[in-house]
Amino acid sequence: MVDVTLHLPTRSNVAGAEREVVLGRLRRQDQVFRALTFGAAVSVLVILGAVFVSLIDGSIPAFRKFGLSFLITESWNPVTEKFGALAPVYGTLVTSALAMLIAVPIGLGIAIFLTELCPPILRRPIGIAIELLAGIPSIIYGIWGLFFFAPVLQQTLQPFLITVFGNVPGLSTLFAGPPYGIGVLTAALILAIMVLPFVTAISRDVFETVPSVLKESAYGLGCTRVEVVRRVVIPYTRVGVIGGAMLGLGRALGETMAVTFVIGNAHRISGSILAPGTTISATIANEFTEAVGDIYTSSLIALGLILFFITFVVLACARLMLMRLEYKAGK
Amino acid sequence: MDLDNARYRQRKRRNATNSILCVSATVLGVGILAIILGTLVYKGFSGLSVEVFTQMTPPPGSAGGLLNPIVGSLIMTVIGVLIGAPLGMLAGTYMAEYGRYSKMTSVVRFINDILLSAPSIVMGLFVYTIMVAPMGHFSGFAGAIALAVLVIPIVVRTTEDMLLLVPGSLREASAALGMPRALMIRKVAYKAARAGMITGVLLAVARVSGETAPLLFTALNNQFWSTNLNAPLSSLPVVIFQFALSPYADWQRLAWVGALIITLAVLALSIAARWLGSSRTSQ
Repeated sequence: MVDVTLHLPTRSNVAGAEREVVLGRLRRQDQVFRALTFGAAVSVLVILGAVFVSLIDGSIPAFRKFGLSFLITESWNPVTEKFGALAPVYGTLVTSALAMLIAVPIGLGIAIFLTELCPPILRRPIGIAIELLAGIPSIIYGIWGLFFFAPVLQQTLQPFLITVFGNVPGLSTLFAGPPYGIGVLTAALILAIMVLPFVTAISRDVFETVPSVLKESAYGLGCTRVEVVRRVVIPYTRVGVIGGAMLGLGRALGETMAVTFVIGNAHRISGSILAPGTTISATIANEFTEAVGDIYTSSLIALGLILFFITFVVLACARLMLMRLEYKAGK
Repeated sequence: MDLDNARYRQRKRRNATNSILCVSATVLGVGILAIILGTLVYKGFSGLSVEVFTQMTPPPGSAGGLLNPIVGSLIMTVIGVLIGAPLGMLAGTYMAEYGRYSKMTSVVRFINDILLSAPSIVMGLFVYTIMVAPMGHFSGFAGAIALAVLVIPIVVRTTEDMLLLVPGSLREASAALGMPRALMIRKVAYKAARAGMITGVLLAVARVSGETAPLLFTALNNQFWSTNLNAPLSSLPVVIFQFALSPYADWQRLAWVGALIITLAVLALSIAARWLGSSRTSQ
């Protein structure tokens, strides 16, 4: 039992001394717990630092051998041990950019539907359905893309694109070649499906931060719904929407399994988006366990470093933009 | 007046077109989900049998199941979560309780949000360079560590969010009773935020149980029965990857079965997490 009467805790007082002991124990416990939690928080920073350090350390042999020309060389030849990052970097950027071009308008459309048009009873089920799309593991998108989506594209969309644009000057190189089914376009479409839930969820959340007073006064002036969205909702949330799109872009850049299945893994830069290509993550996933020799492994780790750097920058920008919106909403 | 009418009609038309576009975007999104689930059930359900859960992965051309990858996945997910979740909870606790207004917390939050969406294959490379390369061989333990690295940011984020929802008056009340902070956090804040924190762990389990990329070159794969954490360990996503890209029809069939199992497990976990989370907020 601890004596809780209000004695001054003097040494001569037995109850006071006992209380001193208990309080001391509690204080020590508190200090230990605080140190533990602080250590855990620091470990998050340590992980990020360790990722950077280990990747830099692993890619030193490649950069020492090829120098900065590693970044602008297209050849990737394990036999002669000549490696360059240009083809995978190009593939990563092109597939992600195409994916965003498709996913952002659709995601915004769904977000507008959910916040402005949807009958309240449907709002939750549709929101959940879209979020479930985000929960499906990427390998499922991969196997679905390879066995279901790619054959469908090969028979429908790709021949259509070739017949329509095949003879248009300027666009013909973009859609040159036979319809393989797999390739850059298929990978971009799968990526678009994968980032759609992220874009939708964040756009919906930022659209909901618009004060209803603003929207109501626009409606009161006689604006139509689309005018309210264009002139009030989107200008108010622009930073957040861009931040959300960049968050999706960060996902698309690093996505591995879904792309590995459908991109075709060809180390070359092709002007046609129907042709097979490769991305950084697909190259690593396909070749890492088979890589023989230090330079090969090191080149793959260097690719990983480039990928991590690109996504780090994109995600950091996205977070800063979203933080700016939160700050505005908080004011 | 005529001019006004034309303009009014045009605005109405534009409004209608845009509404239709938004509706079709939603139909497209929900439709894709339905098509994916439909394909999975169609291709995977016929292969679902007791043997899938009781037999080893077969060599091409003979019958078999997915027992060793299922067990391997379970082992690595459990260990990964057991390592990652406590660490993440402690870090989240610091950010929401001790260091709520400190500079350190905003830095950790920023970095954590980046790790949350960082490419999982890079985390695989990271664990390869710090564990597999020095040890000289692939191991199930390395795979578990790679998963733990993915678990941490998710748990940090949800723990912090949930603790921030705990009303300050509860903290003040326990402080007024003379509770030291550590005791207050454990007995009051954790209790109030429990459902949300469990939701976070469930979401983390759902996320890592389908992860393939970080396991490719940490745990690798194993065709045989093994629970040895110091040796290559089989996992469901990696087996799906290997079997789906193989030319053998029965391997591909097993890949679809595995894909169905993983998707059902992941969807069940996310629905459970959502249900837990919503029952908490409706209280």
